[in-house]
Amino acid sequence: MNRLKQLFDKKDKDILSVYFTAGYPTLDATLKIAEELQNAGADFLEIGFPYSDPLADGPVIQKSSEVAIENGMTLKVLFEQLKSLREKIHIPVLLMGYANPMIQYGVKEFCKKAAEVGVDGVIVPDLPMYEYEELYKNDFIDNGLSNVFLVTPQTSEERIRKIDGLSHGFIYLLSSSSTTGKALNVSDEIGIYYQRVKDMKLNNPLIIGFGISDQKSFERANQYANGAIVGSAFVKTLADKDDYLAHIPAFVKGIKG
Amino acid sequence: MAHTNYRVTEKGYYGDFGGAYIPEMLYPNIEELRNNYLNIIAQPDFQAEFQSLLKDYVGRPSPLYLAKRLSEKYGATIFLKREDLNHTGAHKINNTVGQILLAEKLGKKRIIAETGAGQHGVATATVCALKGLECIIYMGEVDIERQAPNVARMKMMGATVIPATSGSKTLKDATNEAMRDWINNPVDTHYIIGSVVGPHPYPEMVSRFQSIISEETKKQLVEHTGSPSPDYVLACVGGGSNAMGMFYHFLDDEHVRLIAAEAAGLGVNSGHSAATSVLGKEGVLHGSRTILMQTEDGQVIEPYSISAGLDYPGIGPQHAHLHKTKRVEYVSITDAEAMDASLLLSQLEGIIPAIESAHALAQLEKMTFKGDEIVVICLSGRGDKDLNTFMKYFNL
Ligand SMILES: Cc1ncc(COP(=O)(O)O)c(C=O)c1O
Repeated sequence: MNRLKQLFDKKDKDILSVYFTAGYPTLDATLKIAEELQNAGADFLEIGFPYSDPLADGPVIQKSSEVAIENGMTLKVLFEQLKSLREKIHIPVLLMGYANPMIQYGVKEFCKKAAEVGVDGVIVPDLPMYEYEELYKNDFIDNGLSNVFLVTPQTSEERIRKIDGLSHGFIYLLSSSSTTGKALNVSDEIGIYYQRVKDMKLNNPLIIGFGISDQKSFERANQYANGAIVGSAFVKTLADKDDYLAHIPAFVKGIKG
Repeated sequence: MAHTNYRVTEKGYYGDFGGAYIPEMLYPNIEELRNNYLNIIAQPDFQAEFQSLLKDYVGRPSPLYLAKRLSEKYGATIFLKREDLNHTGAHKINNTVGQILLAEKLGKKRIIAETGAGQHGVATATVCALKGLECIIYMGEVDIERQAPNVARMKMMGATVIPATSGSKTLKDATNEAMRDWINNPVDTHYIIGSVVGPHPYPEMVSRFQSIISEETKKQLVEHTGSPSPDYVLACVGGGSNAMGMFYHFLDDEHVRLIAAEAAGLGVNSGHSAATSVLGKEGVLHGSRTILMQTEDGQVIEPYSISAGLDYPGIGPQHAHLHKTKRVEYVSITDAEAMDASLLLSQLEGIIPAIESAHALAQLEKMTFKGDEIVVICLSGRGDKDLNTFMKYFNL
């Protein structure tokens, strides 16, 4: 059984996922950061594979992608690094990135490799439902990979139901329509949107992402969803520090409380 | 008669190319546009205002000029479609007039756009001033420096010009920043894309607005020659909007040979080039599957051309399809060839072309004509914006 499903069967509240970019701040940091995050109490991980034109990302993750590419991170290198992923990491791991590097690698091959090294799912923000269904769905399903779709405050109920039907794993509920790293929107309107999606009683768990940066925003997200994802706030703590690994436990504790 | 296979499908594909590879955050915006633009464009009041603005504001129809001395030099009958005579100096205004009316009908209050050479930025700032709408133009830091007069124009018309400082700081990054802005402002903002690129329905919508170029050309050719069909039609390609507008009504007329000139920069294989159809591979950028200059790992490669309007690492998806089906022949023109052609047109005809357009003119050097063959070249813009480059290059 897929590790994501096992996780959600066991735990349905206060789940913390952390995003970081593979190959940042150094090329060989990927697995060390993953292990540190797991030890510090992250429930699952999203490892970003970098792209030169990450248009859904704000400055922090853009910058990390740029540095990772300069460091020599490619999908080939990443899969090489991930060969030993499951020696130490037992929590679910998703890959996150943009369509073009995946397409150049070959989607079938990408899915095969991802499954081989023990990746549980993939998030590709610019691969929308129609393109996924028409072109790639079978590659994901054949390899037991979850494809996780995003939902925004503007996504219609009909489309959310369709996304729920296509999803295996969880639904990525955006805190607002925004690029990554914007401060969390805390208006009543957003509460109403979270509640509206919660009330739809979807098959998949809900994880809230974008703008979660501290304990307060993590707790607020958990009022409505099964958990939340921290991205930019974590990537920012990795910048310009030689001992970035040492900061990880405190960071995770700061979010979970 | 119509070979509909060159046209877009309902889902936004041209053969293998096109689609809408966009994050969910943009889905409602794109969907709103896709569901409404055809209806809105077809409405009589839209058409009435659109046509009236094209005529009295843009200055259409643009002349189809028989370039006698150029014709003599090359031994053919050469017509120039004078998009350089449009208000603001290039073909870009045809599309921005159309899109601003569309944005107005959709109830949008805020307009964003990307620009490379600044021509599309100027055209967008112009129509925003015309309609009293807020205007934000994203432009690469490098291009802001290269195209200073156009930056001043945009500011003078009330637009805010925001430098794109990410990546290579040119057109590609300006496009990324504009898309990020749209993601962060999904409700009240319309994004006026300047070429036949981006997610469906942009490529098809922009080519529709630009198709006025070939529509007029056919009528004008009948007046000049008695036939609507020339032997050759030439245009330059950055993203490909002037070329799509120039080719549009000739696509199904298989006797007309269509040639698109790409910027080879310092040479196709010099590492400083924008010859996408030669150097590119199939991939996804800015919302559509197309042909793209990229590394093996799928990272986008920064293109180079002396003309800021042609240094885009991709081409529109319809061009990718026309390339793959060989309906259009894509050729590479170096900086030097384009600069020579600029000087030649200036001195033979008293017309200083945009360096972009000069790429199409330069192709004439590489062709041989039989007697009275008829050639139409899209003169997509005027060279005023390029004077600094000309001064430096020719030591004027
Ligand atoms: C005069 C002129 N021609 C051509 C272009 C290239 O655009 P497209 O390939 O979309 O026609 C530009 C872009 O700025 C331009 O200013």
